[in-house]
Amino acid sequence: MTHWPFLSLLIWVSILGAVPVLLAGDRRPRLARWLALLVALLTLAINLAMLPGFSDATAAMQFTESHLWIRALNVHYALGVDGIAMALILLTTITTVLVIIGAWEAIKTRVHQYMAAMLILQGFMIGVFAATDALLFYVFFEAQLIPMFILIGVWGGPRRVYASIKFFLYTFLGSIFMLVGLIYLYSRAGTFDIAALQALPLGMDAQTWLFFAFLLAFAVKIPMVPVHTWLPDAHVEAPTGGSVVLAAVMLKIGAYGLIRFALPITPDAAQHYAWLVIGLSLIAVIYIGFVALVQEDMKKLVAYSSIAHMGFVTLGLFIVFMLIRSQQGDAAELGMQGAMVQMISHGFVSGALFSCIGVMYDRMHTRQIKDYGGLAKVMPWFAAFMVFFAMANVGLPGTSGFVGEFMVILASFAANPWLALLAAFTLVIGAGYTLWLVKRVVWGEPPNAHVAAMPDINAREALVLAVFAAFVLAIGIWPEPLVRMLDAPVGQLVQTLGHSKL
Amino acid sequence: MSWNDVVTLLPELYLTGAICVLLLLDAFSGARHRAAVHWLSMLVLVVTALLVVAGHHTNPVTAFNGMYISDTLAEILKLFALLSVALVFVYGESYLCERKVAIGEFHTLMLFGLLGIMLLVSAGNLVMVYLGVELVTLSSYALVALDRDSPRSTEAAMKYFVLGALASGLLLYGMSMLYGATGTLDLTGIASTLPFTPHHTLAVFGLVFLITGIAFKFGAAPFHMWLPDVYEGSPTPVTAFVASAPKLAAVGMALRLLDLGLMPLAPYWREMLAVLAVASLAIGSLVAIVQTNLKRMLAYSTIGHMGFLFLGLSAGTAFGNAAAVFYAIVYTLMSTAAFGVILALSRAGFEADKIDDLRGLNQRSPWFAGMMALVMFSFGGVPPLLGFFAKLLVLQAAIEAHMLWLAIVGAVAAIISLFYYLRVVKVMYFDKPADDSTLSISSDASLRWVLSLNALSLLVLGVFWGPLLDWCMRAFVG
Repeated sequence: MTHWPFLSLLIWVSILGAVPVLLAGDRRPRLARWLALLVALLTLAINLAMLPGFSDATAAMQFTESHLWIRALNVHYALGVDGIAMALILLTTITTVLVIIGAWEAIKTRVHQYMAAMLILQGFMIGVFAATDALLFYVFFEAQLIPMFILIGVWGGPRRVYASIKFFLYTFLGSIFMLVGLIYLYSRAGTFDIAALQALPLGMDAQTWLFFAFLLAFAVKIPMVPVHTWLPDAHVEAPTGGSVVLAAVMLKIGAYGLIRFALPITPDAAQHYAWLVIGLSLIAVIYIGFVALVQEDMKKLVAYSSIAHMGFVTLGLFIVFMLIRSQQGDAAELGMQGAMVQMISHGFVSGALFSCIGVMYDRMHTRQIKDYGGLAKVMPWFAAFMVFFAMANVGLPGTSGFVGEFMVILASFAANPWLALLAAFTLVIGAGYTLWLVKRVVWGEPPNAHVAAMPDINAREALVLAVFAAFVLAIGIWPEPLVRMLDAPVGQLVQTLGHSKL
Repeated sequence: MSWNDVVTLLPELYLTGAICVLLLLDAFSGARHRAAVHWLSMLVLVVTALLVVAGHHTNPVTAFNGMYISDTLAEILKLFALLSVALVFVYGESYLCERKVAIGEFHTLMLFGLLGIMLLVSAGNLVMVYLGVELVTLSSYALVALDRDSPRSTEAAMKYFVLGALASGLLLYGMSMLYGATGTLDLTGIASTLPFTPHHTLAVFGLVFLITGIAFKFGAAPFHMWLPDVYEGSPTPVTAFVASAPKLAAVGMALRLLDLGLMPLAPYWREMLAVLAVASLAIGSLVAIVQTNLKRMLAYSTIGHMGFLFLGLSAGTAFGNAAAVFYAIVYTLMSTAAFGVILALSRAGFEADKIDDLRGLNQRSPWFAGMMALVMFSFGGVPPLLGFFAKLLVLQAAIEAHMLWLAIVGAVAAIISLFYYLRVVKVMYFDKPADDSTLSISSDASLRWVLSLNALSLLVLGVFWGPLLDWCMRAFVG
């Protein structure tokens, strides 16, 4: 079984599975839905079948495949996963199934194209996480913009055109300079193999340029302050499914890129400019938290909250450099692990929150906070889920949100107690904007007859939210399997970062 | 002249004879046999392609004392020129029939243009280069004016002719100076004499004029003024021709003149090409944004693409040359597909050449909207489409030739130009149709099939682009 090309299967089942969905055509939306669900479940099944053969004792790439793609350039179609990639691929396949179930009734026009775009997007995202060749990575990285662009532009809200083009151009802007950087690396190394690029000795000047090329590409994707402005627009205008995928998986691609490229290829430049990234992360955590507080649109609020939470991820990644400098290897590992747990946790929590907003939007066709109120009275089941996810967003112990944030704050404390104090601000601000949202939407009295007449969630919606809730709770109570999966690659990465390339 | 010379030149000789036969056939057969001219032209293209393939040599062969070169470079460019002309024939037929434009002349003029292209890419002598250039451009002037009742068509032809004549004059002037400096018209002879010539300044002076002529053929800024008017004013099938095969000829011409003949002057022409590249990238990406006419927008997009192509040429390395040829081939495939979609949507009295005409295409014809989207993403250089890999190669060539700044200019231009390609996708997918009238996609089955294959090739070759690159590399590294 372990010799099967599992990763190729994952990618291509998903992408080619979109073809029959497209062929189902506009007139048979039911067929398109079922086919899409079938393909998504099949991908999830393939992914789960990989787990028994996956060893979390090693940091090496597993399930590797390598075929020569372009002889003249020595480019390989090379795939492989370590614990980090595996965790993110699992997040992708689970989210896609939930998104397809979630869009069952919400998407009414051109269902087949919506479902096909979602499946193609899934295939490309898995490709990003699985690629071990830099050019292949770049191809997947860019290619996923096309389905997302279509998803936002066709099924989005009123300002969807603006949002989709902004999304596309912003990401392209960042990544094309990374392409120049990758070609430069290729001209030095003669290969696009990521492991070889990581081992390539580079001078400080080259490292600095490359670091900023990578940082620009991935900072846009994460997104970090000050290149985050596309995210609220994209989130607000995207259909629910688009928002969920965007928040749950696509943002993680930015952080994953930093882990795979920026940190190991340019460790000295990253060390030198760690203060910059840490500073920007703290701005994201505190300032964006305040920005979230004043939002009147629920999706915008959750979008800003995403930026703040992703700030924790970048903080965890770069605090490592301060800890390495002060010889605290264990704390460094803790910080990096916290960053990754936070990534996975945020994937589930933000995905769930966007799904909740989608449920409300399907009933009322508005996302304004002031249009809602008293949902606890009219939709008790929904209110229970909503409050639960809000608590996870705040970082309540027992939910997944707590684990990652706590680990990052602990690591920050080891580096500098003042940093930890600033980072811990998020617990206050996060509680502020999330609980205030809950207060205005869930508690109180229904403001009008429309809200009072809202039906509670049906079984399909309950299923989606329950699966999200199960993962949030599982990681919160028993993070051990996830942490163990991440342990070996994180340990190795921290080790690499300790060795200067100069 | 020996028998071997004739055999080497067989594809061109066959094509010349076939064109004359077609011309007579068209003149005397009357309107009933117009379809026959179309199919016979296709047959001629196929036979010529077979002759080109049959004449394959592993080592370069020359004929007529070095006037004519037959090598891998010529073979690649000829085959793709033949392919693109065949595509234009298929796409253009129903358009021309509906508008009662002289279809016989269209075919014969295109074939004459093709003959010029084939001679040009095989040229080993300055006279041959000039002969090829003139044959292509003279046919093009007439083709642009083919719809003689249309004032815009005539105006475009006039502009094209005046500027083209000037460019030819400059080219000829430059050639005469090179002859003065080296005493030979033979390109290899020039290359071997140049390092020892006492008239170095004269040769460089001549080079400037040669570059001007080349840039005009490409439509590179600042010699691009004719391009938007010709694209907009010509009947669309003619635009499809002007936008495809002659670009292959231009890259062949540039490689013959610069790489073969003027390699000793490489430090000069590399810089000139870099400047032209920057100007073209800027004009191509910025001016296209404000266009509302699709054909005109594609004209500016062409200018930008030629800028990218110059990135490869200005590297002056074997890899750079291969990247430039690769780019030209990819550009030809994308360009024919884009005009193919315009031709598929147009019908008598409706040109479908405004960007707004594509509004809501996805609701009316998801298939062709998908095809056009593939072409636009490929133009914009988004992987996994072929256009991305073409850009990747020229950027790589520039970086490896230590012109990182040029690569960064190219990257910035790629971002800006992406905007207007995305706008076309936006119009097709995000906007609602302007009216409820049913959009008739051409009922010509061969057009639909060939166009679909053409557009899908951008996706398929985007995954399997290795062999095409290997082929291009073989032309330069043996």
